Amino acid sequence: MERNQQLRRQLASMRQSLFDQGHLDEQFILLEELQDDANPNFVEEVVTLHYRDSARLITTIERALEKSPLDFNKLDGYMHQFKGSSTSIGAKKVKAESTQFREYCEAGNGEGCLKTFQLLKRDYATLRRKLEAYFQLARQAGPNEIACRPK
Amino acid sequence: MGGSMKAPEKEILGTKMNHRHRPKITALVVDDNMVVRAIHHRLLQDLGIENQVAVNGKEAVDVHSSGQYFDLILMDMDMPVMNGIEATRKLRAMGIRSTIAGISSRSLEREKQEFMEAGLDDYHEKPLTADKIVSILHKISNHSG
Repeated sequence: MERNQQLRRQLASMRQSLFDQGHLDEQFILLEELQDDANPNFVEEVVTLHYRDSARLITTIERALEKSPLDFNKLDGYMHQFKGSSTSIGAKKVKAESTQFREYCEAGNGEGCLKTFQLLKRDYATLRRKLEAYFQLARQAGPNEIACRPK
Repeated sequence: MGGSMKAPEKEILGTKMNHRHRPKITALVVDDNMVVRAIHHRLLQDLGIENQVAVNGKEAVDVHSSGQYFDLILMDMDMPVMNGIEATRKLRAMGIRSTIAGISSRSLEREKQEFMEAGLDDYHEKPLTADKIVSILHKISNHSG
């Protein structure tokens, strides 16, 4: 019982820190609100989908950034897709960096694109790691601890 | 970002939209992004709206060519194979009079205008929320009288 309470407190703290550190925005809360008894793992499922989809895009963008000259239209197109997916799960920092990257594409600023992409990859990996740890802990704590709306 | 509808609003919506004398609302989610499709599908499901998904504009057109009809179509703009603008034009040319709402991350007025002129009834910027869906649904209920 006490162990469970400790897990719950840890889980709540982890979740809050994701917002406090600027990794997540209110879109993540919307996903949590869609979770219920019939869809108890909705948030984790969507986040998993996102990381599967976005990993492919990261690789594609990396390859595109190796080309010379840079095709800014293509880069912008890839990042548009990546940003859409990131926005959907509430990935706040990554979304901001995606926007910055697209602005550099529009300006034809290759160096800006490269620098921003490095920052994006760093924050993308950080959020992924933190969310994986969060969901792992949520599974340990049990289904009551995933934000479920009462029916 | 207004994401959550209060429970009483959902109840009123459910009563209004799913009255026993009124058939259940059906919807088609058209978006090339699997994450977005999953979320929009769930948002609609949560509002009691039966819905299917299509991965691009061509699939949306094909599903209508096969004879299916939806009260509401949520149409993304940027999609491969056939984008939302072209798909909307084609659907209207086919005589499809469903409520079509453009759902896009584009924010420039001229981009929105081009999409609207293709035949949309409504337009909302992503991310889609329950409140935005409700405002779209009120247009359906107003059209059907």
